[in-house]
Amino acid sequence: MDSKFVYLDNNATTQVAPEVWQIMSESQQLFGNASSMHGFGRASAMAISKARGQVASIIDAKREEIYFTSGATESNNIVFNIATNIIDKNNGKGRILTSTIEHPSIIESVKYLKTKGYKIDLIDVDSTNRLDIDDFKRKIDNDVVLVSVMSANNETGTVQPIEEISKIAHEYGALFHTDATQSIGKIDISMEKMKIDYLSLSAHKFYGPKGIGALAAKKGVPLNNLFHGGHQEQGFRPGTYNNFSIIGLGKASELAEKDLLKERDLLWKMREALRIGILEKIDDVVVNGNQKYCLPGTLNVSFPRAEGESILLYLDMEGIAVSTGSACATGSLEPSYVLLAGGLDIEIAHGSIRFSFGRFNTMEDVDYVLEKLPPIISRIREMSTR
Amino acid sequence: MSSFLEQWVYTDTVKDHFMNPKNIWKKDENFNPDGVGEVGSMACGDQMKIGIKVENDKIIDIRWLTYGCASAIASTSAMSELVKGMDLESAYNVTPKMITDELGGLPEHKFHCSVLGDKALRAAIDDYLEKNNLINNYKHKVAKVVCDCNNVTDQTIEELVKTDKAKTLDELQKITNYGTKCGKCKDNVKELFEEFKHIYGK
Repeated sequence: MDSKFVYLDNNATTQVAPEVWQIMSESQQLFGNASSMHGFGRASAMAISKARGQVASIIDAKREEIYFTSGATESNNIVFNIATNIIDKNNGKGRILTSTIEHPSIIESVKYLKTKGYKIDLIDVDSTNRLDIDDFKRKIDNDVVLVSVMSANNETGTVQPIEEISKIAHEYGALFHTDATQSIGKIDISMEKMKIDYLSLSAHKFYGPKGIGALAAKKGVPLNNLFHGGHQEQGFRPGTYNNFSIIGLGKASELAEKDLLKERDLLWKMREALRIGILEKIDDVVVNGNQKYCLPGTLNVSFPRAEGESILLYLDMEGIAVSTGSACATGSLEPSYVLLAGGLDIEIAHGSIRFSFGRFNTMEDVDYVLEKLPPIISRIREMSTR
Repeated sequence: MSSFLEQWVYTDTVKDHFMNPKNIWKKDENFNPDGVGEVGSMACGDQMKIGIKVENDKIIDIRWLTYGCASAIASTSAMSELVKGMDLESAYNVTPKMITDELGGLPEHKFHCSVLGDKALRAAIDDYLEKNNLINNYKHKVAKVVCDCNNVTDQTIEELVKTDKAKTLDELQKITNYGTKCGKCKDNVKELFEEFKHIYGK
């Protein structure tokens, strides 16, 4: 059997960069509790402070605006908890706006909060997954306390006009949150320039360790705890510091900032080579998402008459790792809500495959996929009912 | 690296049938079926078409096409091997459980949506009998799935109508969830529901 392995699921998670591993392993002696006054504690506290600066730098925030969390899922939950607290203080007056294609940590929070009586409206997206600004303008008013829109979508890679959205949100006095999980290290994200009030990120999406992330909150915006306990993170996110992971997140942020342009170009080159190659070699292909405003390394393609899970597993047998928006892979009967939100035909959504590139991919990987994929699609289509 | 590839999401038998499906209906082979059955829909994510050759009340050959996930492909392939040489009555009574047993089991959430082979086979046998003006003695003995998405059978509907548990279509939907996914069965369910109400004088 061919022993080649090609990992093209970098939007799900990335391999930890060697530089990140190195600094984490060199930090073995930094086991002291950063809250302790002695030398062991102070050494950890200093390393954490450095990491905080590295994270702040990549998103144009201030060091004291960074709060370490377990990842973007937690950060997103904290932000929605802040919003509902504002509404509670206003005796139930207030509304939240978010989009139909957010990550499950927001979509599920919305469903839960609605059962508690909170008013939350979802903003539509167009057929390429870009936010429908007219629909946003129709739905926003002075009652809205929070607008939350992801910077770029994990499934289709479509990038949102964050600056424009935050401007409109602020005109109505609402706070603006963006889940920037997929964007860090791939596109420019600036808290300052884009006037972002809250931002969520996760280290493992840009070559850092899993289980660590951050919530950036602009100075002066409302904050309140999800957890209660110690004084860490200005008392806002208690719990003993996760030194090694925080150091890893810091290093990953530094790398992401340093390599942004180089990485963006590399990812786009590979992604485009794959897109063009697929269109050349396979007939009847639908490319999903926005092709102009798009993450550099994400390619979402549908192969009508071929079901996504079958494609994924045949590719897996060749050592190629991808993901699919097919229902069969989600364990429900519904395919990806992100693809359906863009108005994609349900059958096309069942046949969708996401290829997501990372810095460890090469052009040889693209060639390998272009060699293995076409016969797989033909084979599946030959046994298809249509 | 290779060890993690070995730990597949399905059993080895499923993997074998998925990698080397048996009895696929190839366009160029000139297979002339005596009966054809088709179930499922592309929108639901699974669709199956089966053709059978019949001789002396036995299935002597079978071909199939499937649009669907790995377990849909594997379960149709396994079913096609299982029923080859089987008499029509036994074939008509093949259950999803018999197919999954052949496969050494399927993940729970795959069971209802992807095992359509038995239904497609019954449709093919019905078609064969009808084409040859033969009396279908099997038909009413077996439950037929009306709502593929939520696996609602005609017998379930019959029972709920008979026992007054579902007096309206809304009540029926609350109990069975029929028509809540792709919605394609709604007309059929309505028709059956009214038929049973008439039969049982409700």
